[in-house]
Amino acid sequence: MFIAEENTIPASTGFSDSPENLAKHIVRIKHLNVHAGEHHILKNVDLEIPRNKITVLLGPSGCGKTTLLKCMNKLTDLYRELEVSGNIFIEKDDILNTTTNIASIRQKMGLLSQRPYPLPVSIYKNVSYGLKLKGVRDRKLIDFSVEKHLREVGLWEEVKNRLNAPATSLSIGQQQRLCLARGLAVKPSIILADEPTSALDPISSKIIENLFKDLKKHYTIILVTHVLRQAIRLADHAIFMIDGEIIEQGDPEELFKNPQTEGLRAYLVDGN
Amino acid sequence: MITSLVTILSLPLIIGVGLYLKAAPIFDQQSFYSLIFSSQWAPSKGEFGFWPFITGSLYVTLLSFLFTLPVCLLAAIYLTQFSSKKLIKVMHPVIDVLAGLPSVIYGVWGILIIVPFVSDYIAPIFNATSSGYSVLSGGIVLSIMCIPYVLNMLIEVFNTVPVGLREASLSLGATQWESAKHVVIRGNYPGIISAYGLGIAKAFGETIAVMMVVGNVVKVSFNPLEAAYPLPALIANNYGEMLSIPMYDAALMFAAFLLLVIILMFNMIFRYLIHKTKRQ
Repeated sequence: MFIAEENTIPASTGFSDSPENLAKHIVRIKHLNVHAGEHHILKNVDLEIPRNKITVLLGPSGCGKTTLLKCMNKLTDLYRELEVSGNIFIEKDDILNTTTNIASIRQKMGLLSQRPYPLPVSIYKNVSYGLKLKGVRDRKLIDFSVEKHLREVGLWEEVKNRLNAPATSLSIGQQQRLCLARGLAVKPSIILADEPTSALDPISSKIIENLFKDLKKHYTIILVTHVLRQAIRLADHAIFMIDGEIIEQGDPEELFKNPQTEGLRAYLVDGN
Repeated sequence: MITSLVTILSLPLIIGVGLYLKAAPIFDQQSFYSLIFSSQWAPSKGEFGFWPFITGSLYVTLLSFLFTLPVCLLAAIYLTQFSSKKLIKVMHPVIDVLAGLPSVIYGVWGILIIVPFVSDYIAPIFNATSSGYSVLSGGIVLSIMCIPYVLNMLIEVFNTVPVGLREASLSLGATQWESAKHVVIRGNYPGIISAYGLGIAKAFGETIAVMMVVGNVVKVSFNPLEAAYPLPALIANNYGEMLSIPMYDAALMFAAFLLLVIILMFNMIFRYLIHKTKRQ
């Protein structure tokens, strides 16, 4: 159940909806709390995600990174036991406001899961699925979009002769890139990536990481990981969480060189 | 272990061969074609035409399938994709109890509720008269018997869909219903076909409850308000009763053999469909 608060940003949060801040930050979260019964999963989370950067959510397993990610595209709706309160502004829209169209909110955010979940249809239909949901029926436009986004993720040359083959016939690394292409086809502004390389081999992982570096020119990427080295390689902005709370956030170089809290210090020592 | 495996594997063959051998004497008297396609049923004159029984069985099964298909599919989708976990916890034991009820209880319930309902309410809608003991009553009772059975299997099938797949579909802008349609149903064609296949096989062979409400009149009619006489009811009603008539026991064995062959055919058709959808 979502409890929407007023669609304004109180000065107490330190957030501003000035044009400058809006241009700089695509996602602004304030006072976000998630409960599952007695369990307090996310505790008063306040954060801002910079536009066209890779923001890495880092922290030990079970600290609430994935829940935070799922709050951003309201996939928490699937879990009735979760009670979400606070505000999540995507651009200017508070998505926890129940009058907002959930489907259109979700189309602003491509999702890449821990392991790839290709739909039980062909490669072509996977990429065109989101477009068809959007009401696109022009075959030429769909063909163009399928090719464009498969090229964007470097998959076109590998699959161009078997677009009608089942998506599950691809290797797991190819499936993950297909899922990325499928998400890009609905023209999102943000890519939510939940440990997208955890099920992949090192070569496929590197391909995905390099793709992210390219894609950040056009998309904001929010990457959940608990692999410290990956965070160091990719992050433009880092957020460190423990036990549902944001412990530290900021420039990754500064964060990882000079941790201010014992929690992050211990995590960096263990991670290295 | 190997012995029990061999026993299980050879059981259908043993049953089939046994029934065929017991039915064999009737082939000396009547051709296979006339046994299947003749509508003449006069055992005292040595005329054994099984066409009314075959059509009766198929018709009742088809009707029950038409009722069962949408009810089970929609209920399973609702329970697995939309409802709260509490509702599933309440529904599961109810479904299990319904699946475990003896068929005679469904039969008695059919006589008390469905037969008068068909006679007093359904038939007048079509300006027809019916005793209520009809194909329609048989189809309704049979579908109510099959619903918990098929529903249980569909719930198990739909529960195998990974949450990640649903999330992937929703994150592309699909509604819950679109996700259910494109991901849950589409991705589970083999499981759905398998559940309905087993349901149909069970429905086709169901005896007691159907026998109690279907009227048991030997005729070929496609009017659902008229009575019919399915194959299992023929065997159950007459075996041990009319065996003084020459060839009657061989005829009933042939009926049992037919039942086995038709159910095997259903199974093969469904296996083919499962194989085909898996390849797609």
